[in-house]
Amino acid sequence: MAEEIKAGCARPTGGPVGEKVDDKKETPKQEVIKEVKAMVTVGKKAPDFIAPAYHKGKFINVKLSDYLGKWVSLCFYPGDFTFV
Amino acid sequence: MVAEKYPEFQKLGVEVLSMSVDSVFVHKMWDAHELSKMVKGGIPFPMLSDGGGKVGSVFGVYLEDAGVEARGRFLIDPDGIIQGFEVLTPPVGRNVSETLRQLQAFQHVRNSKGTEATPSGWRPGKPTLKPGPDLVGKVWEVWKTSMAFDK
Repeated sequence: MAEEIKAGCARPTGGPVGEKVDDKKETPKQEVIKEVKAMVTVGKKAPDFIAPAYHKGKFINVKLSDYLGKWVSLCFYPGDFTFV
Repeated sequence: MVAEKYPEFQKLGVEVLSMSVDSVFVHKMWDAHELSKMVKGGIPFPMLSDGGGKVGSVFGVYLEDAGVEARGRFLIDPDGIIQGFEVLTPPVGRNVSETLRQLQAFQHVRNSKGTEATPSGWRPGKPTLKPGPDLVGKVWEVWKTSMAFDK
C-alpha cells in the first residue's frame, strides 16, 4: 500500500491531492467577495492528501485514499517534543 | 495517548494516523528518544509530516501565526466521509476514551444501516433509539436522562 521513500537531504513533504477544494468558482459579475476558506464538514468527503511518514523504522508515503474501506482516526497535534 | 490504546483501535478495525508540521526525521527522533519510553515498542502507527501545514490548512486546523497544527481529530468512515471531528487549541489534550466511544457509536449506526441512532452518552450495551414516526414525542418513555451518564 505505502511505498517506502529514501531518506535524502531534502525534507520530504506532501500535500493535498485530487481536485482542489477551494477552487475559485467563476463569478462573472462580482469580483472576489471573500476568500473561500476550505472547511471540512461532517457528512462530506475528507480531502485526500499524500504525506511522508515515519512508521516503525521506515520512511513511507501515506495517501489517505489508500485507506478507503477502513475507518481512520486522523490526529493533528502541535509538535513533536511538546508536552500534552 | 492514542498509542497506549492502539490495540483497542485495532480491535475496532480503525487505522490511526498522526500528523504535525515536524519532519519525518524529527518524528523518528521523538519516537526513539521519548515516546518509546512511554509506550512499549514506540508508536505503532504512521506519524505523518505536514511541512508548511498544507494538509492542516485544508482541514482547517493549521494555525498560521504559530506555524503549528491545532489538536484536530477527524473520524473518517470506510467511504472516506468525515463523520465527526474535534479541534482543540494546543494546551489542552484530547480524551482518547471519548474518541473510542464515538467510533463505536458510529460503527453501530453504520452496521444498523441507519436504522438506529445512539443517544447521548451511549456505550455498547446501552439501548439505542430507532427513529421513526412511532418514536416522535415518545423518547421519554424509552430513554431516561440518567442513561447518558456512566456511574
